[in-house]
Amino acid sequence: MSEEKRLMKGNEAIGEAAVRAGCRAYFGYPITPQNELTAYMAKHMLDKKRTFIQAESETAAINMVFGAAATGARSMTSSSSPGISLKQEGISYACGADLPMVIVNIARSGPGLGGISPGQADYFQSTRGGGHGDYFHLVLAPKSVQEAADLTYKAFELADKWRMPVMILADGLIGQMMEGVVLPPAIDPESLPRKPWGVGHQADTHRANNHVSSINLVPVELEALVRARFKRYEEIKKTEVDFEEVNCEKADLILVGYGTSSRVALGALEMAKAQGIELGLFRPISLWPFPEKRIAELAAKGKKFLAVEMSMGQMVEDVRLAANGKGEVHFYGRCGGVIPSEEEVLAEAKRLLGK
Amino acid sequence: MELVNGHPKSLKSVQTKYCPGCGHGVIHRLVCEVIDELGAQERSVIMNPVGCSIWADLYFDFDSVQAPHGRTPAAATGVKRMLPDHLVICYQGDGDLAAIGTAEIIHAANRGEKFTGIFVNNAIYGMTGGQMAPTTLVGQKATTAPYGRDPVDAGMGFPIQVCELLATLSGTKYLARGAVNNAANVRKTKQYIKKAFEAQLRGEGFGLVEILSPCPTNWQMKPGESVEWLEQNMMPFYKLGEIKNTLEEASK
Repeated sequence: MSEEKRLMKGNEAIGEAAVRAGCRAYFGYPITPQNELTAYMAKHMLDKKRTFIQAESETAAINMVFGAAATGARSMTSSSSPGISLKQEGISYACGADLPMVIVNIARSGPGLGGISPGQADYFQSTRGGGHGDYFHLVLAPKSVQEAADLTYKAFELADKWRMPVMILADGLIGQMMEGVVLPPAIDPESLPRKPWGVGHQADTHRANNHVSSINLVPVELEALVRARFKRYEEIKKTEVDFEEVNCEKADLILVGYGTSSRVALGALEMAKAQGIELGLFRPISLWPFPEKRIAELAAKGKKFLAVEMSMGQMVEDVRLAANGKGEVHFYGRCGGVIPSEEEVLAEAKRLLGK
Repeated sequence: MELVNGHPKSLKSVQTKYCPGCGHGVIHRLVCEVIDELGAQERSVIMNPVGCSIWADLYFDFDSVQAPHGRTPAAATGVKRMLPDHLVICYQGDGDLAAIGTAEIIHAANRGEKFTGIFVNNAIYGMTGGQMAPTTLVGQKATTAPYGRDPVDAGMGFPIQVCELLATLSGTKYLARGAVNNAANVRKTKQYIKKAFEAQLRGEGFGLVEILSPCPTNWQMKPGESVEWLEQNMMPFYKLGEIKNTLEEASK
């Protein structure tokens, strides 16, 4: 029997999806605009006798996740932009130690303390490996409350599958707004298989010692480990790219946006249609790996692109790299917590089309 | 014939990378002797710190987790919460615990986390080559305190007495300070470690054993001199003994 549709805030839907994905431990620290998520986890994790800790800092929270993940338990933390900056140390270590975990960023505007209004200026930090060292991790960007729940649930699967952190990058609007959502089925954490590389329970099998670590002081050995990880990244690029497109074959100009920007772009596309103008929409769902192949295909057909972002232009660089000079790439963005309007985007699209 | 003392089963029989006269080797052995006595080798997890004892996973013959510098108590929290019936040992040096990781140790202790801290205090940064530590004594020289630690005029602050600091927190149950300068203190330190590990396995926390340990290399002394220096300078300031014991056993 399918679940009934519920009206939920994005932050709460993410929390419920995590609980249902078999998350055994959640560690968080208060920061706006993701506070409903931490409060939801406090109530529901404790109700289910799972681990919830309000950590002393974002730094401590990500390292608690590191410890829980080292035992193989599904675990998660969430925060918003300034807090995610603090977590980058731990994310680098987790990538270096190949630990699965889910990190949710309900992004606000920056830099610095910035504002608490929605922002998309954490794209570089999220998709380029925001801490020190050579690494990447999966980044998924939901556009709705439904997708926030679905992608959070999927993030736990992907983290386990690829042994790496998976980040949900949702702007504050996705976290704060309420929409209808059908939730995924609940997984009992006890039913999940124990991970062969995790620490603990050595007595059960008398296996060799497991060491969860990112250190290696022998340069050629460390290079081999990093190269092996990059080989895995190539596999991920083949199988985990996710995107949505609307009217891209027909239109000459394609709007490119993720999360809230993609909804604004869709609105602009519909307004254009009413005026007899064809626009396309390309929405990356996986920001890393970025859907570069499909953008390259569209560029080769001579399409023009207009990246729409709530930043001064970050994702647009990936569009440009993918188009590789084959198709024109333009940018329209607002920042500081301002959300672009459909009218502004349409006006820019019309200007580019000479209409 | 009965073998009364041998190489601990949980300690690998390999030569360590530690300098001659360093206390880590003795402390590793004490930890492993107690683990063997408790029959806990296959349900122990050592949290490796950042510092000289970063090598712990080479020597301890059981599972290990290596967290970022200072974050060891936070990571130990995650491990212990997921493995409540395991013996989780949070092995830290003075830079790791009392400088970069001050927030993590205070809050783990305050939450009464049920793992055991093994805090090796040698009053200096070892791995990075002799910089001033939070536990460096007033007047003690370091590469970053070339004229000696000057707490007021140079604004270098005062040495931190970790056990006394943690004793004020309601979450802490057992805090003891030992030393590895002579056989009697080594034996006493082992007793402290045993009490703390037993308490952890009973589900009582938080416990921490601080151990005064020589660092002849960075103190720029011969091993024998470093033991004397520890006795004459560290022991008067860092008092040995059980600083706090509110374990259920103690109240009986």
